[in-house]
Amino acid sequence: MFLFDWLRLFPALPIYLAIPLAPLLGSLIAGLGSRQLKEKAHWAPIIGVAVAFYLALFVLWQVTQGVTFYGNVYTWGVMGNLPLHIGLDIDALTAVMLVVVTFVSLCVHVYTVGYMHGDPGYARFFSYIALFTFAMIMLVMSNNFLQLFFGWEAVGLVSYLLIGFWFQRESANAAAIKAFIVNRVGDFGFLLGIAAIYSYCGSLDYRTVFAQLPNLVGHTVTIIPGHPWSVITWIAILLFIGAMGKSAQVPLHVWLPESMEGPTPISALIHAATMVTAGIFMVARMSPIYELSATALAVVLMIGAITALFMGLIGLVQNDIKRIIAYSTLSQLGYMTAALGASAFSAAIFHLMTHAFFKALLFLAAGSVIHAMNNEQDIRKMGGLRRYMPVTYVTFLIGSLALAGIPPFAGFFSKDLIIEAVGLAHVPGAGLAEFFLVAGVLVTALYTFRLFFLVFHGQPRMDAHTRAHLHESPWVITVPLLALTIPSIYAGWAYIKPIGLGSFFQGAIPVAQQWNTIGEIAAHWHGSLSFVMHGLISLPFWLAVIGIITAAYLYLILPGMPVVLARALRPFTWILEHKYGFDALNRVLLVNGVLFFGRLFWRVGDVRIIDGIMVNGTAREVGKAALSWRRVQSGYIYHYAFAMIIGLIMLMTYFVVMRG
Amino acid sequence: MTDITAHWTLALPEIWVLSMACVTLLADLFFAEKLRDIAAVLTGLTLLGAAVLTFMLMGQRGTAFAGMFIADPFANVINLFSYLAVFLVVIYSGRYLRERGLYRGEVFVLLLFALLGVMIMASGGNLLTIYLGLELLALSQYALVAMYRDSLMATEAGLKYFVLGALASGLLLYGMSLLYGLTGSLDVRDIAAGLVNVTGANLVLVFAMVFITAGIAFKLGAAPFHMWLPDVYQGAPTAITLFLASAPKLGAFALIIRLLVDGSYGVMAVWQQIFIVLAIASLVVGNVIAIAQGNIKRMLAYSTVGHVGFLALGVLAGTLNGLASALFYTVVYVLMSLAGFGMILLLTRADFEAERIDDFKGLARRKPWYAAMMLIIMFSMAGVPPTVGFYAKLAVFQAVIEAGYVWVAVIGVLLAVIGAFYYLRVIKVMYFDAPEDAAPEIARDDVAAAFMSVNSVALLILGILPGPLMAFCIYALQGVI
Repeated sequence: MFLFDWLRLFPALPIYLAIPLAPLLGSLIAGLGSRQLKEKAHWAPIIGVAVAFYLALFVLWQVTQGVTFYGNVYTWGVMGNLPLHIGLDIDALTAVMLVVVTFVSLCVHVYTVGYMHGDPGYARFFSYIALFTFAMIMLVMSNNFLQLFFGWEAVGLVSYLLIGFWFQRESANAAAIKAFIVNRVGDFGFLLGIAAIYSYCGSLDYRTVFAQLPNLVGHTVTIIPGHPWSVITWIAILLFIGAMGKSAQVPLHVWLPESMEGPTPISALIHAATMVTAGIFMVARMSPIYELSATALAVVLMIGAITALFMGLIGLVQNDIKRIIAYSTLSQLGYMTAALGASAFSAAIFHLMTHAFFKALLFLAAGSVIHAMNNEQDIRKMGGLRRYMPVTYVTFLIGSLALAGIPPFAGFFSKDLIIEAVGLAHVPGAGLAEFFLVAGVLVTALYTFRLFFLVFHGQPRMDAHTRAHLHESPWVITVPLLALTIPSIYAGWAYIKPIGLGSFFQGAIPVAQQWNTIGEIAAHWHGSLSFVMHGLISLPFWLAVIGIITAAYLYLILPGMPVVLARALRPFTWILEHKYGFDALNRVLLVNGVLFFGRLFWRVGDVRIIDGIMVNGTAREVGKAALSWRRVQSGYIYHYAFAMIIGLIMLMTYFVVMRG
Repeated sequence: MTDITAHWTLALPEIWVLSMACVTLLADLFFAEKLRDIAAVLTGLTLLGAAVLTFMLMGQRGTAFAGMFIADPFANVINLFSYLAVFLVVIYSGRYLRERGLYRGEVFVLLLFALLGVMIMASGGNLLTIYLGLELLALSQYALVAMYRDSLMATEAGLKYFVLGALASGLLLYGMSLLYGLTGSLDVRDIAAGLVNVTGANLVLVFAMVFITAGIAFKLGAAPFHMWLPDVYQGAPTAITLFLASAPKLGAFALIIRLLVDGSYGVMAVWQQIFIVLAIASLVVGNVIAIAQGNIKRMLAYSTVGHVGFLALGVLAGTLNGLASALFYTVVYVLMSLAGFGMILLLTRADFEAERIDDFKGLARRKPWYAAMMLIIMFSMAGVPPTVGFYAKLAVFQAVIEAGYVWVAVIGVLLAVIGAFYYLRVIKVMYFDAPEDAAPEIARDDVAAAFMSVNSVALLILGILPGPLMAFCIYALQGVI
């Protein structure tokens, strides 16, 4: 490839390091120079991310040539006998993630120039998203659990900062805190998992840990008396709890819909395409652990399948354009998780990739709509937008078709592959999971096209003022949309063989023989075209078509029907509108419970004992001591000399007494 | 013949600094009228030349002048960091000295002589050479402190420093004479050999150690021999305080290595006990009294006492790791206090000393980058990760725990928490308080600000990448133990 030839003149390591550092530099320039740069703050982050994207492509190309890397860059510190390294693991999985992350990030950066134009926090925003890119790259490039955890927490921090970006809004602050706290719950499990790994394997390095795993088989640990559990199952489930928090799986999903309080580019970049997939990536990276535990795989599969169907159902009754897409993200993350549970790791990563493209596309297109509608997000007040925004319309349609799983768009390939893999899985609960996933296809098509028809077709329902100002968005917004349509169209059939069927991940994602669902599919592989042909006569495709037709019928031809249906199905819609009561449950049990204990500990433990006696008491005493001791410092030279002599005599006396 | 040349070669950096100090003195005498900056420029050239010479001699081991002078990596490392410290002092203090009419050749010549004192201490192989270096440094320092004759406080500080310093020198000399009486030699290696059969039960040895350690403690500023430090730091012109807090601490650390490690490693058990007392006393006194200070120079003076307590922790461990982390701490302390006092210098004007903590109020709004730098410096002093101050503290704590003194480490951590209070107060004042109306506009000083930026960012970068500096410190001490 002539594009990369000159890069081969350089040693590999600096190139690898430049991938995270270029966005970091961009972030620092935009952040520190925010006052000077003002409206020009986007240049440094965009260039930084563009460099990272270019180098990521180079790395991917190198990996296809067989050039990988595994090693430590430097040792940050040593604690006892635990060395803390900063290291890199460059293999096929990392390379694919790098390209996806930097590509979507670059599109979002360009898009933001138009979307955030004139916002007082313009430079701050760019600084954050470039910092996010850095953290995400660190996460995927890591070769050890500590650095993984660093990246994991850093993306969480930036996510918090960006959800609460408009910090003047109370709802944004609440959403940011909610996201942070729910993620803490997940991270707690994750941290316990890492601690368990360290205590059983004595290392945090991936390869060292994976090499030790066979010795752990058969080890048990008793946490509930009388019920010894396999250590590996524990580790796998604890790590998965972390993934549930970050990738918003039931019941830790509650933060993701609320995160839509953040600016739309963030919803696209962080809460759809990249950060939320960190959990999926992590489980795929840890496949050697999961492959050793049928229990853990079953848990992963069921959680994923439940999330896929039931979160999609909520999407049917939402009216906020961004929330519908957010529930769709939850549902699609469920598909990925289910694929992990079926040991179809490559299919999960494949869906992660296609989803990143078409979901970022949908979010950015939704942002374009919101922008044109003067920040109106309620789809009941839209309609007929296709006449005003042709580019957004077409790109949104492509994204919707990809999401609904219509060939030849990208989503069809990855989703069908997952359903097929789950169908072949032998893990307990696979049959039920397959049913959930297939039913989810219908639901997906239904909510996607409900949204699509309500926004772009039918009668315009907005007020006259908004309508008069409707216009297509500027080029900085439409160009990223168009850029994202390309992979949303072709990434499915082009990459299903190398990525979806995992031939590219040889060695990067080990899969045990007895769970190898993808291997079975690959054995009967006859090319993308035959996959499509087979897909056209299978159930999921027709369910998707039925979903689209139903949506068209209900929202275009008979607009009165949904209301009638909603009334007839009152109990169901009530449940859906209340989101299965997760929020209420959290409020009653967790929030009230935590508040009760919090108040108790605060009033008694903190205010009286810790603050009253220990902290403030100590501080008071220290303050008093400081005030009285400083009087010793009288300024008289003979006092000082006296103190020296006294000190000397006391030291001498001490030794004489000790000796005698 | 070759033998004599070899002697001279090993001492080339010292000889170069001495000659250049004389040249600077003469040049200033004749050309100061026309070339105002000549002394500063010559000082810079001297440091550059000395650095080149030291690099050329790097790694060579040997003694010269009948064992009076030791050349080894430790001396090289101490010398290099001292050059850097003096160089930064010259850069940071130029404008301050000029505005107060102190920008004279004498200041630079005295700085060079003080530097020479540090270098001789670092290379001293004989009690006489060590004492000579010590006095050369001390006398230059007294003169520097009292230099600002228009200031009552500076004069007072100079006198106090002189009288108490003389007392401390007396203690040190007395200890040395006891050591001589015990072993019959002034040569450090002969003393080490002579102490082989002496145990801690020997009262003369114990007294010798107590007196010597007291002398070292005075130079370092360890409690209870620290009383001069706040008065002198506050009274001296800030540019001179900047110097006092830098290279001389490296010299004092060299004293520890040459007298206690080279000379008396065999009786470590004795001085280890003394260092435990000194370390705890310094940690308590430094960190607690600093809280009550409203003057930032005085606060940093007490913080110095606290920092000396931390570095004493590394020394008392007595192992290679312990001493290396103590050296690491000393170097980091020098970098931090250069930056801290340098920041005060950046904010001063001709008629404004910027030495109250209140003078930092609202700095974040007036000069965000300065406030950000001060933030890094204060975080580093308090030991907040990822700054290098954190790593330095971690290293000494690790060394103490490895040496088996867990309880000392616990006390150290507790006092580090108390100490965090007054560092964080500065940050709070900068970021959350409104600027005082009376605060004069901040002067432009691009060169100093640029070096300050490098200095403070280095505190951050060294915290993320502490490995090379630590390896350098271990390299310096490898041959000593």
